[in-house]
Amino acid sequence: MAKQKDNKGSQEMTARLADRGFYLLGVVLFMIVWQIASALKLFGADFSESFSPLAAMLALFEMIKNGELIHHALPSLRRVLTGLSLAIVVALPLGVLVGYFKRIEQLTYVVFQFMRMISPLAWMPIAIIIFGVGDVAVIFLLWLVAIWPLILNTSHGAGRVSPLWVNMAKTMGAKDFGILRKVIIPAAVPDMLTGLRLAVGVSWIILVPAEMLGVPDGLGYFILDTRDRFRYDQLMATIMAIGMIGYLLDSANRWLIHKFSWKM
Amino acid sequence: MKTTMNGIAAPEKPLLEIRDVSKTFMKDGKEFLVLEKVNLSINEGEFVCILGPTGCGKSVTLQIVAGLLEQSSGSVILDGKEEHGPGPHKGMVFQEYALLPWRSVVENVEIGLELQGISKKERRRIAEEQLELVGLKGAESRMVHEISGGMRQRAAIARALANRPKILLMDEPFEALDALTKEEMQIQILKAWEKTKTTIFFVTHDVDEAIFLSDKLCVMDINPGRVKKIITNTLPRPRHELVCRTDKAFCEMRDQIIQLYSSLKDEELDLVF
Repeated sequence: MAKQKDNKGSQEMTARLADRGFYLLGVVLFMIVWQIASALKLFGADFSESFSPLAAMLALFEMIKNGELIHHALPSLRRVLTGLSLAIVVALPLGVLVGYFKRIEQLTYVVFQFMRMISPLAWMPIAIIIFGVGDVAVIFLLWLVAIWPLILNTSHGAGRVSPLWVNMAKTMGAKDFGILRKVIIPAAVPDMLTGLRLAVGVSWIILVPAEMLGVPDGLGYFILDTRDRFRYDQLMATIMAIGMIGYLLDSANRWLIHKFSWKM
Repeated sequence: MKTTMNGIAAPEKPLLEIRDVSKTFMKDGKEFLVLEKVNLSINEGEFVCILGPTGCGKSVTLQIVAGLLEQSSGSVILDGKEEHGPGPHKGMVFQEYALLPWRSVVENVEIGLELQGISKKERRRIAEEQLELVGLKGAESRMVHEISGGMRQRAAIARALANRPKILLMDEPFEALDALTKEEMQIQILKAWEKTKTTIFFVTHDVDEAIFLSDKLCVMDINPGRVKKIITNTLPRPRHELVCRTDKAFCEMRDQIIQLYSSLKDEELDLVF
């Protein structure tokens, strides 16, 4: 009996290891294909060598050691997190109101659907006219891209709350405010987190072009800087770092969703 | 004179009065009369079942009493005062439990007390007391998705009772449960009723359930929904000890009701043809 249990346990462990292994294998295969493509000079005779993953990784280690990566990653993270925080402060309450009150939903629907289809980069000149070149303009663009997924997901979540729960809350003596606080908001948490995950994704994507707006640091800035210095290995390394940090941010979001989403 | 299980005379003062309550719904631009001049009074401490086929407006009646629907005419009087809108003094138990899945069992029971601003310590004490009453002691910290349908409905009953309501309204509460759990829950609710002396207004379409539970049965008619007959149920209490569903008195009452039901069906057929 105990032996059977052990067997089952070890079988499960093997299955889990196999799952992990395949995730890793995907990464390794991708690197190999990339390395081969560089070796075959598919990216052009002059640049292929510095575009190879080996060169990029060597440059990445160098940038980690001499502090350049941290020097540029920290301002980028600071801008994204500032933009996100400001977006959360505006979008979550607004999303809840839009989802719960039909009239507010009707008032805002067309405007929101219209606004969210405009790339924030289109606002770039206006951002610079209003805020000048610098952090504030970048943060404004990040804020502008982050609010839409947050508002729309929150309002979707708040709008599809079971009427049964709302009725229950009413029979418990809840008025609008109590219903919002005890039912609508907690019920919408999983949708808010989905919105946050999407917002983090688009913010991180918009960050790079936004940081090409004349700020003196950040990963977007550094892309242009490496290009100007013909350090294509460092450029590839920066691209890798952007991808990795983005992956980590998304993982953190997935963890949040797993941790705070309720189950029926 | 009606007597309780203890042989003490029960006060015969109407706690709830439904007076000439009618309800029309609009559908495709046409008015539909779903309830026509329903009159019913429920005494303090009484267990009243409202029984009828689908579409007779029994749930609508209950929701009007709960304040979740508004009547088109007539009035609902509770404890001498005309009722408008829902509130914690009318405990409602829904067929689909309506528990909040992000809260534990005890947190679900506390929600009404929370909304009334009762201190954390006090509401935990009341909630635990109610959970013990419905036989859920030990399940306080379980999450809703971890417990069975029967346990969920017990939690929902505890939640409604935690507000110390004047009346407990139950809308086909055991319909989603399997047959065995349903019988167990019927006994449970009778025990809770006997302990708390709460007045209960119970909607069901299950004839046996209505006979087993009630002091008074309100049989509804359809097209439009209206009261067909009010039957006083004199089967002895406590029912789970003294009454068996194969008893002669039980069967006679069932026959009487089924006869009413069959005449309901005939009328429905008349309408169709």
